[in-house]
Amino acid sequence: MNAIFKLAYLQTCSLWRAGALRVLVFALVLAVAAITAVSFFTQRIDTALNQQGSLLLGADLVLSANHVLADNFEQRATKLGLASVRSYEFPSMVMFGNSSQLVEIKAVGQGFPLRGDLTIGATTNEVGQVVKTAPKLGQVWVEPRLAHLLNLQVGSVVEVGERKFSVSAILLHEPSRGGDMFGFAPRLMMNAADLASTKLLQYGSRAKFQLLLAASPEKVNQYFKLTQPELTHGEKIQDLRNARPEIKLALEKAQQFLGLSAMVSVILAMVAMLLSSMPYIKQSLDSFALMRCFGASQNKVMQFLAIQTLLIAFFSALIGITLGFIAQLGLAQLAASLFVEALPPASLMPMLVGMIASLAMMFAVVLPHAWQMQHISTMNILRRETLMQPLSVQLKFLPAALTMSAMLFWQAQDFKIALATIGVILLLCLLVIVCAYGFVSLTARLLTLSPQNHTLNAVKLGVLGLKRRFVISTIQMIGFSMGLMVLILLALIRGDLINNWQASLPVDAPNRFVINIQPSQIDGIHQFFAHQHIKNAAVFPMVKARFISKNGMRVKPEDFNDERARHLAEREFNLSWAMKMQSDNQLQSGHWWNASDEGKPYISLEQDLAKTLGIKLGDQLEFEIAGSPITLTVTSLRKVEWDSMRVNFFAVTPPGVLEHFNANYISSFHLPFQVDGPLNLLLRQYPNLTIIDVAALMQQIRGIMQKMSSTVQYVFAFSLIAGSAVLYAALVATHEERILDATLLRVFGASRRQVAIAYVAEFSCIGLVAALVAVIAANLLAYYMSAHIFNIPFTFNFSLALLALLISAAIIPFAAWLGLRRFLNIPPRQLLNSI
Amino acid sequence: MQRTPIIQAQNLYYEIANHDHYIRILQGLNLTISAGEQVAIIGSSGSGKSTLLSLLAGLDVPTSGQVLVEMKSFSSLDEDGRALVRARNMSFVFQSFQLLPALTALENVMLPLQLTQHIDARELSLQALDAVGLSQRVQHYPKQLSGGEQQRVAIARAFATKPRILFADEPTGNLDNATGEIIIDLLFKMNSDANTTLILVTHDMQLANRCQRRLQLDNGVLTDLV
Repeated sequence: MNAIFKLAYLQTCSLWRAGALRVLVFALVLAVAAITAVSFFTQRIDTALNQQGSLLLGADLVLSANHVLADNFEQRATKLGLASVRSYEFPSMVMFGNSSQLVEIKAVGQGFPLRGDLTIGATTNEVGQVVKTAPKLGQVWVEPRLAHLLNLQVGSVVEVGERKFSVSAILLHEPSRGGDMFGFAPRLMMNAADLASTKLLQYGSRAKFQLLLAASPEKVNQYFKLTQPELTHGEKIQDLRNARPEIKLALEKAQQFLGLSAMVSVILAMVAMLLSSMPYIKQSLDSFALMRCFGASQNKVMQFLAIQTLLIAFFSALIGITLGFIAQLGLAQLAASLFVEALPPASLMPMLVGMIASLAMMFAVVLPHAWQMQHISTMNILRRETLMQPLSVQLKFLPAALTMSAMLFWQAQDFKIALATIGVILLLCLLVIVCAYGFVSLTARLLTLSPQNHTLNAVKLGVLGLKRRFVISTIQMIGFSMGLMVLILLALIRGDLINNWQASLPVDAPNRFVINIQPSQIDGIHQFFAHQHIKNAAVFPMVKARFISKNGMRVKPEDFNDERARHLAEREFNLSWAMKMQSDNQLQSGHWWNASDEGKPYISLEQDLAKTLGIKLGDQLEFEIAGSPITLTVTSLRKVEWDSMRVNFFAVTPPGVLEHFNANYISSFHLPFQVDGPLNLLLRQYPNLTIIDVAALMQQIRGIMQKMSSTVQYVFAFSLIAGSAVLYAALVATHEERILDATLLRVFGASRRQVAIAYVAEFSCIGLVAALVAVIAANLLAYYMSAHIFNIPFTFNFSLALLALLISAAIIPFAAWLGLRRFLNIPPRQLLNSI
Repeated sequence: MQRTPIIQAQNLYYEIANHDHYIRILQGLNLTISAGEQVAIIGSSGSGKSTLLSLLAGLDVPTSGQVLVEMKSFSSLDEDGRALVRARNMSFVFQSFQLLPALTALENVMLPLQLTQHIDARELSLQALDAVGLSQRVQHYPKQLSGGEQQRVAIARAFATKPRILFADEPTGNLDNATGEIIIDLLFKMNSDANTTLILVTHDMQLANRCQRRLQLDNGVLTDLV
């Protein structure tokens, strides 16, 4: 065995030195790097969530509710010996001088956090000191982002609700905050004892009321078991196992998506491996046939092949894993902050994933040939009779296709998504084949009709060369266009979609939302509108209600399979009332009420909501409002133009039905860009109001989307490199044939210039078709997403399309030309002898 | 003096399938070759010479009949059994040289020695290359050598293992006349020095005449030429 290992090792090194393995190894390294980069990145975030669960919670257990938690929860905690502290989180406004800013306020009791700690400092760029306490009374801590936005320093005095507070520190690190995706507004932390005096929390205010708990695992468990069954609607309990489910869900989606992105690279890399394995397999077959001539047994030869395969897979995996590790540092830099604040170091698991993937891919490529070797006699191999009895194309590629599919399914963890991905890839391949065939046929026909001259004849030779090598040229086009398509699509999503959506809004579309308006403040708000000449701004009532039953049957979230339906069934509804239907609503079925219907228990629903929850016209819906039940009959279904940016409601009743319940009010209006002065006056008058600046919010969303798309683009860069590897592998696979073609042309009188033109023409066609397909496919996908997912207008980006076409049409033939150039100066006879 | 038979073919038949019928390449062929003999098998192109050679070398199995090596059944052994016999007793020189392009001249010569785990593989290989006059080219790849040089490497490889039987299939088929002459001189000299049994397949009468014995293969039947 040692001798065989040594011989296999030496021969592998010889093959490497001779260049027979370079493209194969390059493709394999690339695939492993793509898989492990994503794997390292997502595994680090996963570890952050699992290992740092208590830090993310700030406790061992957190009881959350959308209303004030009853005292008995805290009393039970004290009785069982658990440490406890209350906290409150809600959006609100903070004012500093003439500036105001939407913030996420967190008011915490003494003892916060129960697990982990906070880091505060005097400035935004210092290491800071670790503390395990709440801000003192009368003081607040602000996040660096807030300090920059309002130009705050330690000592600045800010207005929060009806109180003034001194900024006593910059909050540098808060583990329970999560990443950028989960905190749109910057953080302001205050002492819970100061909250009442701000008068920010009023009826209808949207806030998260929490009770944080910490103790030994046994006590925590005991408390969990006692409390869980008692929880009512709007209350939930999180422990370390289900800490921050929103982050975990986002991570799952990211893992799935990034993993599938990496799979595109893997598929392309496998295509490159299959193409570049041909010279390697041919030499191996010769080698093994000779070994059998010289007396090696079949078993020994198989062992030799297995060892050689293992060596190539192992060393490629090592390099790929190293590159993947380096690449994930870039990913972490780009996107980790979307999920969590700090990442733990990477573990060894992704290395195992990379190693297994490398072995699987290598064996998938080699297996058909191992089979072939066993079933063909030695003499046939030596006589090249394998050429007459080749494995069918299907059999040769079957193990690779099965391996690719298996990896896709493993990565997607979802049958439908994996199938959809395979479907998209196959569709793209079909599109390339159709476009390539059409392009080549048309070009060849046109050239036939064109006048005879040396240059056009040379171009014609190139196009005919493409036609002759149609299969392999198509593979090259598929490889390149796949990577290019995704990059173009991402560029479109990143910029164009959002820009197009914003451009589609009317100039005077509402760009400010005001929430938490109290009944006593309505007149003042109307006066504000009148004073500022703000037209078409109305104030709408909102009553929080819980959906209890439909037609007498209790509604439970678990009854619904659809995730959105479950979410709708468990959340609180905001019911409103109005006599007139809003102008941006369209009646789809049923009838709107008139004056005589005032006070009648009717309800009008948004049609998609009704469809998701399985509600029809005439259904009797029971709601609970502040403990009182009310039954309403569905009398109409409406279509709502949500992107009009005006206030709209899923559920509306006639006037006279809900007025006796406590309500707060909401409005939206338009203010010219950066005219904030009037708003600040409004805030001074009513400090409890929360004003959401849509433009600023869109800016933040844009920032997050840019980070997300940069991350995906980063991963798809692997695809582009893999696509280039396919291109190069196809060049290598057809190298001798192309050199022979070029040499024979020269033997029969073609000049070197003509040969070069033919070559460049062939590859320009490949580049053009690849780019054309990529541009078409990317725009089709972007159109679909605009029309069916985002419901925003789509505009074709001509300059991006042109850029992609020009780059591809230039780079690909240039790369091919570099490979041919040196052969043009060698005398034809020498070339013919060497082939 | 009667020599010991080293290789025998008894009632050998070989057929290949062609669509709906069989083509008979060899028909009831009988042959005995003694140790140390130099035998040429002559025939026109497509007469089955290389097929006969491959059967004698155990690289293929007959449709019927048998091949014996040192009076023991050879063709009835399985592939591994035949490989073992080849490893211990046989070597080859091919028309198309069959050097591995990714290996240097030295590595090509070392290959069969490494397969049998010979301790002095490198030393023996260097000696063999020296014997064929290529000691200055040991690190060169086949594409850096001329046709004649490549065949000399192949001869060095064949003799490095000190085989008892050497099979040469059209060894000068891809060479010009002048180079072919040099190669054949070398081949016969080394064969004579090593006292190897030589079984040479060729269509070249001049080459065949250099062997002690000549056999004509025609329509699948072997005839001794006097």
